[in-house]
Amino acid sequence: MHAETAKYVSDAMHYVAWIPGLPFLASVITLVFGRWFIRDKAHWLPCLAVFGSFLISLKALWDVIHGTWANFDLFTWVAAAGIKVGVGFQIDPLSVMMLAMVCSLSFLIHVYSIGYMAGDPGYYRFFAYISLFTFSMLMLVSANNFLQLFFGWEAVGLCSYLLIGFWYEKKSAADAAKKAFIVNRFGDFGFALGVFLVFVFFGSLYYQDVFSRVHEIAHETLNIFGHEVAVATLIALLLFCGAVGKSAQFPLHVWLPDAMEGPTPVSALIHAATMVTAGVFMVARCHQIFELSPVAMAVVAAAGTFTCFMAATIAPTQFDIKRVIAFSTLSQLGYMFMACGVGAFAAGMFHLFTHAYFKALLFLGAGSVIHAMHHAPDPNDMRYMGGLKKYMPITYWTFLIASLSIAGIPGLAGFFSKDEILASAFFSQYPWGKFVWAVGTFVAFLTAFYSFRVVFMTFYGEFRGREVLHGKEPHESPKVMTVPLMLIAIGAVAAGWIGIPEILGGGNHFAHFMAPVLGHPEFHVPEGFEHAEKTLEFGLMGLSVAAGLLGIFLAWLVYVKKPVLQTLVPRKLPLVYRYLFRKWYWDEIYLYLIVKPTLWVANIFVGLIVDTFVIENTVNGLPATVRVVGGGLRRFQSGVVQHYALIMAFGVVALFILFHYYF
Amino acid sequence: MAWQLNFAEFPLLSFIIWLPVAGSLLLLFVPRRAETLIKIVALAVALADFVASLPLWFQFDRHFSGFQFVEKHPWIKAFGVQYFLGVDGISVLFILLSALITILCILISWESITKKVKEFYISLLLTSAAMIGVFCSLDLFLFYIFWEAMLIPMYLIIGIWGGPRRLYATIKFFLYTLLGSVLMLIGIIVIYLKTGTFEIPRLMEAGFPYGLQILLFLAFFAAFAVKVPMWPVHTWLPDAHTEAPTAGSVILAGILIKMGAYGFLRFSLAFFPKATVALSVPMLVLSIIAIIYGGLACLAQSDLKRLIAYSSVSHMGFVTLGIFSLTANGVEGAILQMINHGVVTGALFMCVGIVYDRTHSREISYYGGLASVMPVYAAFFLVFTMASIGLPGTNGFVGEFLILLGTFTAKKWAAVFAALGVIIGACYMLWLYQRVFCQKINPNIVGLPGMKLRELVALLPMFILILWIGVYPKPFLSFMHQSVNDLLQHIHQAGSVTSITQLLKEGLYAVLPS
Repeated sequence: MHAETAKYVSDAMHYVAWIPGLPFLASVITLVFGRWFIRDKAHWLPCLAVFGSFLISLKALWDVIHGTWANFDLFTWVAAAGIKVGVGFQIDPLSVMMLAMVCSLSFLIHVYSIGYMAGDPGYYRFFAYISLFTFSMLMLVSANNFLQLFFGWEAVGLCSYLLIGFWYEKKSAADAAKKAFIVNRFGDFGFALGVFLVFVFFGSLYYQDVFSRVHEIAHETLNIFGHEVAVATLIALLLFCGAVGKSAQFPLHVWLPDAMEGPTPVSALIHAATMVTAGVFMVARCHQIFELSPVAMAVVAAAGTFTCFMAATIAPTQFDIKRVIAFSTLSQLGYMFMACGVGAFAAGMFHLFTHAYFKALLFLGAGSVIHAMHHAPDPNDMRYMGGLKKYMPITYWTFLIASLSIAGIPGLAGFFSKDEILASAFFSQYPWGKFVWAVGTFVAFLTAFYSFRVVFMTFYGEFRGREVLHGKEPHESPKVMTVPLMLIAIGAVAAGWIGIPEILGGGNHFAHFMAPVLGHPEFHVPEGFEHAEKTLEFGLMGLSVAAGLLGIFLAWLVYVKKPVLQTLVPRKLPLVYRYLFRKWYWDEIYLYLIVKPTLWVANIFVGLIVDTFVIENTVNGLPATVRVVGGGLRRFQSGVVQHYALIMAFGVVALFILFHYYF
Repeated sequence: MAWQLNFAEFPLLSFIIWLPVAGSLLLLFVPRRAETLIKIVALAVALADFVASLPLWFQFDRHFSGFQFVEKHPWIKAFGVQYFLGVDGISVLFILLSALITILCILISWESITKKVKEFYISLLLTSAAMIGVFCSLDLFLFYIFWEAMLIPMYLIIGIWGGPRRLYATIKFFLYTLLGSVLMLIGIIVIYLKTGTFEIPRLMEAGFPYGLQILLFLAFFAAFAVKVPMWPVHTWLPDAHTEAPTAGSVILAGILIKMGAYGFLRFSLAFFPKATVALSVPMLVLSIIAIIYGGLACLAQSDLKRLIAYSSVSHMGFVTLGIFSLTANGVEGAILQMINHGVVTGALFMCVGIVYDRTHSREISYYGGLASVMPVYAAFFLVFTMASIGLPGTNGFVGEFLILLGTFTAKKWAAVFAALGVIIGACYMLWLYQRVFCQKINPNIVGLPGMKLRELVALLPMFILILWIGVYPKPFLSFMHQSVNDLLQHIHQAGSVTSITQLLKEGLYAVLPS
């Protein structure tokens, strides 16, 4: 299956180093000179640099499609005993697809930000950070070894930290930034240990060395507390810890909703389209390791399925437009891990690809709405929106397209990728495939419901925000924002067309393109359906489309036709509603289970009891001794203190001379 | 073969050591009132010393594992004491770092030291000379003289130019280190009585009996553990740091506490290989406690300098962890992390000094929203914070990565526990950053002047080193390969012994009813 490694050549495509290189240079220049010299022209350099990266990534895509893969080191980064790791690039279908996706979206979001961030005092800082992020993300996806992956991994985390806390004077923003970084550290803890284990068993951190010899660990075990655990399981699960943090899966999902404190373009680029999908990318990149361990696959599937379901139940209860979309992101990332957990890595990557466009579009649309509402005390609150269709038609239409796409309406991008995941799950070789499929189909209904709840609450009905806007009318955003919206809308429609399945007359080009890297999942047709495979597949497809349509219909019923139904659940099932509204209470659970006890231990135990009383008194002997000796020294020292230095200097010299002559 | 010497034609090391002493003698003749002249002379001497140390960087033979730039003259013939200097891959970088940090200390003290200016710079130069002497000495007796000599100017720097509780802090600092040093002195005397020599290269091959090795190891451990400082003898450090003037804190963090770890490498590992192997597990446990305990203690601090001081305890825990992992990666990572910690924590203390000069407050709650008031300063502080957290691309990552990797290959459980420190590190540093730089501007700090050029110049070398070592650590690591390999070979050749933990375990099984 992976005999294709021979395809990699080391002396080609060195130009790809410019793809991350350009945004890096732009970022450094903007950061250094932005405050004094560039100021309100700070967008030019980053925008041009990322556009340049985009063109180069298209060239790389072209080369890869025509059969040139590259794997080379730029320079040696860390070299010590038995370990040598470089800064290097591995360009193959998987990485080149990520490069093109990241560059295209990053460029459009850069342009959108010119309008969205106009007039902000930190204008230059924003562009410096966001192009630094682009650099980091590109380094992450194009790495040829685990250490550079980890570099990118942490660097995107830093940029995310900086951008969530962009308006750092707001306490909630500073809190959210810190929370994101620290929660991710928990994942990175496991990830780093996983990388160490890889090094221990393979003696190298290069992907090619590891993946070409991955079968060597197939039967290795490690003894942990008396249990023999397969090494592959251990490595896969530790690496997956990192993915759980970065891609905000349960139980480390809590940072992502809070991350919405950042400016909306950041939410679109980092917290929807690119960074949060790095976990999925990493799992796909390391799929050979995961495939060795059914346990790890089960865990991946379980985490994905649970997050997918949980987030989809929370989203319909939220009123902050960005939070709803954030929970939708959690849920969709869950879909991607569900795909990975049933061995359909290409399907997961396909959904990652389409999701990037329609979710970025949703966020940017929401940003456009927020831009219109920005005089309101809480511009994100959907309860003060409504009827915006009339005021901002371009935003409305593009938002509608994205919502139809995520709801899985046939022909749009989200339909193809979600359907691919559900079909792969249903026909999976893994026993949990059917369960994953069932949950996925039900969540498809929820997805359509909460997505169209946003559409109807925001754009339909009467405008409810006159009072908070003091009678002002909301207005459409400037062209510099709406043009990117329209361009990304094309992606939200057409991104799926590269993966139209065979039964719909397509060529499933995406899966074939990825196959040399990600392999083909095995298709297991259930007994009794051997001859009706196509019918079954159509049936599944029909079911998920029906679920989507039902969700849209229900949203229309509740939020347009009979608004009185909106209070039905809060009235009849207050406990359930409250549980969902408070996000299953995970924040509170962590606060009382982890944060408070840690601070308690730090303050009371370490700070007060041990350090002050136990150690001080034991090590110092009797404190009285200190006082007595101290008192003595004090008396001895007073008066001539200023000459001590002098005496010392002479003393040392004198000692040397003395010893030299008299011994 | 292992401990060859490369003699120098020009006594470079002597020159580097004695130049600051000569400079401080010169300062004696500068009139007390000519404060600017005093500062300029001190700065010129420090700069000259740094330039003089540069040949160590360029001419050091990185493929030679023994001592280089060696000078050897008889001194006290009756006891075989020699004036014996030399450097190898383990010590060479610390001489460069000491010379650099002296310059930065002078720059950062330029305006903050206003009383007894002359004595201050004399003390600073003498500290510098003694520090470099410690890292160059190849004679135990000479080493001990420098080791003790450096305490005196340091004691004065904290005791005279320190904060309100400086007397308490200096006495504590002095008593702790003195107690350790006395035990080491006894160890040195025993060694001399057993072997009749103070020559370090010869002692490395002395091969003491196992039981004596354990005792001597513990005697030296007392001195080094206090200096590092390892848990639980760390409590002098927060007090000393808090009360010291900025330059004192920078020297403490940058060089002085590195001497303990350096002592482990130079003496404990090399002289007592069997004891080292036997005691490595208890050492690892102490290191892990330091990492986690130091990190947790940081969460409880309300004083900027105290917090950074406790973070030093945690970071030095990583250093000792790497050393006692007894793997090449771990030891190289530990040496690099010593440099890194000197750079990063030195820089953080300089940063605290910069705002302290303006506000005279070290309370974290006194600040808030500083990023809006001093944006350039905030940017520097952020880089230092990230380096302290060990973000890839900064020097902290390379060091921590090698240490944890080395430890992981030797003792997996130790690496797992130590890696928890990486999480705690992010918690306290980011929380600190948030409380000082983010949120609403505290009325206390409205209108603070931005960074001055002098302050910028003092921080810039640290900033460059952080990114240089982070992105391209090869030139730094290449110093160490040969010396570290030889040292570890030396240890592993010493043969296997029953470890202390094994003994304890067996003893426990014998006592416990099965």
